[in-house]
Amino acid sequence: MEEFIMLSALQHFTFCPRQCALIHVEQVWTENAHTARGQQQHERAHGGGTEERGGMRTMRALPLVSRVHGLMGVADVVELLPDGSPRPVEYKSGRAKPRLADEVQLCAQAMCLEEMFACDISAGFIYHSASHKRREVQFTPELRHAVLDARDGIRELLRTRVLPLPAADARCELCSLKDECEPFAPRDFPRGFDPFSTRLEE
Amino acid sequence: MNTLYIQTQGTYLHLDTDNIRVEVEKERKAMIPLHHVESVVVFGNVLLSPFLIHKLAREHKPVTWLTEFGRFMARTETPVSGNVLLRVAQHACACDMAKALSIARFVAAGKLQNQKVTLMRSAREALDNDPELLRQAAKEINAQIGCLPLAETVDEVRGIEGTAARIYWEVFPLMLRQNRDFFWLTERTRRPARDAINATLNFTYTVLANDCASAAQSVGLDPQVGFLHALRPGRSSLALDLMEELRAVTADRAIITLINRSQLTPRDFVLHEGNTVTIKEDARKTILAHLTERKKEEVTHPLTARKTPLGLIPHVQARLLAQHLRGDRAHYPPYLHR
Repeated sequence: MEEFIMLSALQHFTFCPRQCALIHVEQVWTENAHTARGQQQHERAHGGGTEERGGMRTMRALPLVSRVHGLMGVADVVELLPDGSPRPVEYKSGRAKPRLADEVQLCAQAMCLEEMFACDISAGFIYHSASHKRREVQFTPELRHAVLDARDGIRELLRTRVLPLPAADARCELCSLKDECEPFAPRDFPRGFDPFSTRLEE
Repeated sequence: MNTLYIQTQGTYLHLDTDNIRVEVEKERKAMIPLHHVESVVVFGNVLLSPFLIHKLAREHKPVTWLTEFGRFMARTETPVSGNVLLRVAQHACACDMAKALSIARFVAAGKLQNQKVTLMRSAREALDNDPELLRQAAKEINAQIGCLPLAETVDEVRGIEGTAARIYWEVFPLMLRQNRDFFWLTERTRRPARDAINATLNFTYTVLANDCASAAQSVGLDPQVGFLHALRPGRSSLALDLMEELRAVTADRAIITLINRSQLTPRDFVLHEGNTVTIKEDARKTILAHLTERKKEEVTHPLTARKTPLGLIPHVQARLLAQHLRGDRAHYPPYLHR
């Protein structure tokens, strides 16, 4: 049987395969301002169990699993509508990331919930604490495909254990692992870097 | 970046909200915010409360216990350090003659380059005939650097490094301009030190080696499995490898500066019967304070081209080495000081 893939890894992988490998293969993790803020927020979101307000139940830190897709993780918040259908809400401290990374993670949560609650979920929400706004995400067939593609990509990564090359693009500025990744440092010796140089500088 | 060094015997360190409270004989001596502290090094009879040890471990800030005179005793191992794949790759590279040779050559090249830079820099400030002698030594070290690419075994690399070391230590006293009749050096000796320079070098290298071992451990490398240094039980060979590139520009330079500014003078040493020398506690404090200042100095790393505090260089190098060992980087790039 294949190993279950963590929902958070799907987010990392969609954002950048190298970031995913650094965290899940190389076990590199550094706290920075972004992750520390995220951590605090998660602690708050995961603080309580279930609460009920106006006929809607809010479950926090709900463990998720999909045996069909081989996924597992924890949802920040799942709202149970009066008709009993669940709706995932993912909390993010920063702004929307490129490459639909957060959307993939949210959609994967929905795919777990569909299996756990035997229902269909068409949309969920991403809550951005910076703007205090939530935005709706539709779980289109394309997004569902992206979830399974990311899952397969991670399985391959965990099998080969080879670190993909750095993205070295605009994503890197948003990445907490920039220092560990060294995306812009040359992969080999740059011009003029010669440890065997016998130049004598005055 | 800051390492908190505690030398005063009988000190007790507590966690006090997000501070380290320093107490000596139940009297509060200092409150140090935890976010200013990157690691803690304690000498001899210094106590840390369990809560402080836990908090430091959780934040991946290593605690190192040394004897009162700086011999390594123990270091905390924090939860996330340790990618087992990296360690397996490290051990495999250590057993692979060609890979070990390549790393050893680059480590030695870094060391020799930085010795050369240190000599040339001192030559600009030296007096009388000394600049010429220092430049001559730099040229001879250059000749040894030229031999490194030809070395076919790690033993040959060690031989080249040894030759360069003899050239370097022979002229080392010429870089000193104060109390020359006291600060002389006939040969490098380990413990027990037989002269003040050796005592100072030994102490400074212990502190630096500890930084390097912490750096290796924090990126998940095994500090004991090195490439240039032979494996020996109880020896942190990799920490010593990482230290090679930094000895001259960090430790030696610090000692030269302290002696030339007369911040270290003959009065700072105790000469024992039978020709051994130890450093007085206040002088050890002076050395540690100077090293701490020096660690904050920013240098431009020749490979990453980023401004990096000198104290972070062991971490950067350990990471670059880890990348090489895991196949993410074709060669190990040594730190070349400018």
